[in-house]
Amino acid sequence: MSAERIARRFARLKAEGRAGLVAFITAGDPDHETSRAILEGLPEAGADVIELGMPFTDPMADGPAIQAAGLRALKAGATTVHTLDLVRALRARDDETPVVLMGYYNPIHSYGVDRFLTDAKAAGVDGLIVVDLPPEEDEELCLPALKAGVNFIRLATPTTDDKRLPTVLRNTSGFVYYVSVTGITGAASAGDAEIAIAVERLKRHTDLPVAVGFGIKTPEQAAAVARTADAAVVGSAIVNRVAAGLDGDGLPKPDLVEDVLGFVRDLAAGVRGARG
Amino acid sequence: MTRPNTFRSGPDERGHFGIFGGRFVAETLMPLILDVERAYSDARADPDFEGDLKTRLKQYVGRPNPLYFAERMTRELGGAKIFFKREELNHTGAHKINNCIGQILLARRMGKKRIIAETGAGQHGVATATVCALFDMPCVIYMGEVDIARQQPNVFRMKLLGAEVRSVTSGARTLKDAMNDALRDWVTNVADTYYLIGTAAGPHPYPMMVRDFQSVIGEEVKAQMQEQEGRLPDSIVACIGGGSNAIGIFHPFLDEPSVKLIGVEAAGHGLDKGPDDHAASIAGGRPGVLHGNRTYLLQDADGQIRDGHSISAGLDYPGVGPEHAWLHDSGRVEYVSATDDETLKAFQYCSRTEGILPALESAHALVEVMRRAPTLSPEHLMVLCLSGRGDKDIFTVAKHLGVSL
Repeated sequence: MSAERIARRFARLKAEGRAGLVAFITAGDPDHETSRAILEGLPEAGADVIELGMPFTDPMADGPAIQAAGLRALKAGATTVHTLDLVRALRARDDETPVVLMGYYNPIHSYGVDRFLTDAKAAGVDGLIVVDLPPEEDEELCLPALKAGVNFIRLATPTTDDKRLPTVLRNTSGFVYYVSVTGITGAASAGDAEIAIAVERLKRHTDLPVAVGFGIKTPEQAAAVARTADAAVVGSAIVNRVAAGLDGDGLPKPDLVEDVLGFVRDLAAGVRGARG
Repeated sequence: MTRPNTFRSGPDERGHFGIFGGRFVAETLMPLILDVERAYSDARADPDFEGDLKTRLKQYVGRPNPLYFAERMTRELGGAKIFFKREELNHTGAHKINNCIGQILLARRMGKKRIIAETGAGQHGVATATVCALFDMPCVIYMGEVDIARQQPNVFRMKLLGAEVRSVTSGARTLKDAMNDALRDWVTNVADTYYLIGTAAGPHPYPMMVRDFQSVIGEEVKAQMQEQEGRLPDSIVACIGGGSNAIGIFHPFLDEPSVKLIGVEAAGHGLDKGPDDHAASIAGGRPGVLHGNRTYLLQDADGQIRDGHSISAGLDYPGVGPEHAWLHDSGRVEYVSATDDETLKAFQYCSRTEGILPALESAHALVEVMRRAPTLSPEHLMVLCLSGRGDKDIFTVAKHLGVSL
């Protein structure tokens, strides 16, 4: 069932003739309860797919915003078990919105791959994006995940040339995440024309939906991406709204959750109106 | 574990030493990692590359450096005959330059225009800045804010050499965090930039490549001991952070079963004090994945990386090179540790006994020499890899001794 949520969601988006919004938040940021409130509000705010970041001390591919979010979560006691608890809490209210966990391999390695896949699937996780597992390491987690019925979503980047693309796409499922710039999360975004060309190139190699991310900060930018891609991914900009909603002691101000969800609503409106 | 026919066959084509090693990097970097691997393999097959490397190691680095008989220390400790492999006499004062010369020649072959590196104690940063000056290439060195504070002389040296030193303020602000930021730079500037990794860790082919470039240390020891004593040494002791000097001196001896190999990790305040109080990844860690490879890591129960601690900025890293992880599991190398306090004593002992200020990194290995030598016979030939000189550490040592400079 769970592996199909992503396929069903993209099929529905296609039927509606629009692109989707993939909204990223870090699990447990700034604390478990606030994070749960944001997560539970995301579907209604217009997130078509939820990407839930698994905090890690050494996020090598992330920029300052997501690094800081991960550290806030860890400081508040975030663990892999807590991340799965959050997914379970969401699933009690929403059985339709796909949830993709994004993170780095070591916390999963430490949890134990088989145990992790069993627990993640049971919690209602639909897919995994693990930044430091390229196709060369597919035996580690990708193949076991596919066997367990959990999608393994691969990142394709501007450095993934046509020769390498089939290798990257081979065991990819759910959707393909195109990283539009060579760089870390939250960096400058790529130009619209560049993105359109890249999406077209990916489409020549795969029938999977293509989501585009890295550097999308505003509803307007999300709309521009939504004109060519199947989905726009927004991460750092949402996480920055979480950071902006903290007081001097790092505690959430009363309107934090509503402010973050309001921003997601704006992004969703941008994406939904893009092809209108 | 069954004993393999050879300990020198690794890594396999996917970069694995047993279960360790690998290529755990983001997709953006993967094509480049494969390029580095291809370019390195081509270079190694090219006699011109080998010739160029050899000439520069001789004329610029000053190799071979001596295998020095430490006569007074031998007499005072009253046991094994102690030799120092004098890597501290290399240009820039440590073994790091061996690898930097090799890798910058490779970067030039690959047509790269810009060099980045991480550094802990600053020795690798200085060596990288040095070769960048030599070859007129822009150079950015990532260094933790904490390490910048405790290694001021090396920071200034790097600047004099024309490098830009970028202060890293994430995490514990030491070597691990410097490596994270270097990787972030690389992923951003992947087209023109070469990441000159300083230790025998990271994604394949780096652990193999750094080991190969550092193996000149062990090759020289082999020839020099043959010439001076007519035989192989009986034991070799080296310090381990990431472990590049150790793998360099060990590797040529891995298939000589009579040669005992001992690696010394940094026990900081003591192994019993917890994972944030030492940097002994083998003794106090468990296998995990960080910075492109699977190896022993200091981590908590949830797989979060701990910060580690050592008085020596060069050993202050929560991981270890993957080949060491494998050599530990296979039992070929024995790994022990030395605390900050023991190291400080060894530092002073070496200074007074032999007139040589050892780097605090190398002084960890000396602790083990001082433990073992008195228990061994005068026929036992023991080699200490004196990987670096201690001038950079005098401020740290003074502080710990309560002296203000």
